[in-house]
Amino acid sequence: MKSRRDFLKVAATGAIVVGAENTFGLKGALDQQSEKEKARVVIARDPALHGSDGKLDEKRVGELLDRAIASYTGRKRPVDAWKYLVLKGGANDKVIGLKTNGLGGKGISTHAVLAYAIAERLQQAGVKPGNILIWDRNARDLQACGFTINTDPARVRCFGSDVSGFEDKVESWGASHARFSRILTRECAMVINLPILKDHSMSGVTFAMKNMYGVVERPQDLHAGGCNPGVADLNAFPIVRQKIKLTIGDAMTSVYEGGPGFRPEHLWQPNALIVGEDRVAIDHVAWGILEKKRAEVGLKSFEAAGRPPRYIATAADAAHALGVNDPQRIKIIEV
Amino acid sequence: MKHLNLLLLGTLSIVLLSSAGLSGCKKKIANPFPASNAVAGWQKASETRTFEPKNLWQYIDGDSEQYIQAGVVSTATSDYKYQGQLEAVVDVYTMGGPDGAQTILRRGQTKDAQSIPLGDEGLQYTQSVNFRKGPYLVRIVAYESSASTPQALLALAHGVEANL
Repeated sequence: MKSRRDFLKVAATGAIVVGAENTFGLKGALDQQSEKEKARVVIARDPALHGSDGKLDEKRVGELLDRAIASYTGRKRPVDAWKYLVLKGGANDKVIGLKTNGLGGKGISTHAVLAYAIAERLQQAGVKPGNILIWDRNARDLQACGFTINTDPARVRCFGSDVSGFEDKVESWGASHARFSRILTRECAMVINLPILKDHSMSGVTFAMKNMYGVVERPQDLHAGGCNPGVADLNAFPIVRQKIKLTIGDAMTSVYEGGPGFRPEHLWQPNALIVGEDRVAIDHVAWGILEKKRAEVGLKSFEAAGRPPRYIATAADAAHALGVNDPQRIKIIEV
Repeated sequence: MKHLNLLLLGTLSIVLLSSAGLSGCKKKIANPFPASNAVAGWQKASETRTFEPKNLWQYIDGDSEQYIQAGVVSTATSDYKYQGQLEAVVDVYTMGGPDGAQTILRRGQTKDAQSIPLGDEGLQYTQSVNFRKGPYLVRIVAYESSASTPQALLALAHGVEANL
């Protein structure tokens, strides 16, 4: 676990810049090995993503997605990159879920254009339309994102846990208990997590791991203590740990204060996508981005505001072992 | 007989106390949400949804905690549309008293806020109007910003305030 000082070094830049690699000798080999062991987090940005009128240029979203995924997978052609991700996720001929977040309402929800761009690329990579399922808590959340509910298996499906229902059995991990959405337990072989970056009045930051609150019946039971250890525990349940294979975080629009609801007075456009498999590393990086923005506008740090996202360190501890929050073990690739 | 008298006295006391309590209660508002065209240009675009403290999380997730701590009693919300284009949402939080409404209103205040004469205290931003009146806290938020947004929101806010 890193100190606050270490963290702030990262937050100050919003990124860790990895230096030039020494490719000679033992040190070079060790460095290379060390680099490979780092959790990779890609931050793809496009400053022109929002036009001067403040509207999202939807065409550019697809291009940004392709750039992010090419960088993350090392495959230039999107079709190759997505075939690789599907294969790696063990989801050939199986259902792939795209878990969005529409809780904040229309102004601060996962952008539908992002989910549709992913669905389109999955189909280009050979995934049947009906094997793609865009989902969230309920129809209202999905409609807030701009989706149309569809249960027809001939097309990309889109519905919430209000349609599927929840498992009868209450599962336990640590002190946390939950009944999971049948979309997660029965429909999906692999889930791509599509959270939206937000401030959160209790947990400080809500992004990759916190988005899993939308897969259980009673998320309110996990909010105590600033959502710590609730967020970490929830992600440690085997069904969540195993099925969430990739996060493509929507940081095209964000709220740096007043979240998780829509607060136009605190709205901000980072114009970025954040991609990775290590959910802890992603949240740690997201924390740094929000912290930097808050400092820019003169707001207190999350620590000073009394709501540091402690669940990130908890998720990295030996009991949860969900990923890394040590900046030295995170490689941020900015493209 | 003594027992009967005591029983009657007790019953009478309860009735009197109940009457006094009811007369001291806040008048229940009929409906704070203006009907379509009650405010020029504004259409009520959805059914009103209401939430008790125990299920407020379904609407605003973890944000519900600060409202519960401030004594929220009930929450009602409805979508609106202005001239068929600008979309907005109106939230009316009924708190236990004026203190709770004031706590929430001021907690979210930023330096961009412009004080406006509305209710007991009003704040206007480019895309939102927040105000309190008695135990009520009202938040009106638009999803887009245009030159006409602030005036349109203010007009709607006055329409809500008149119903409180």
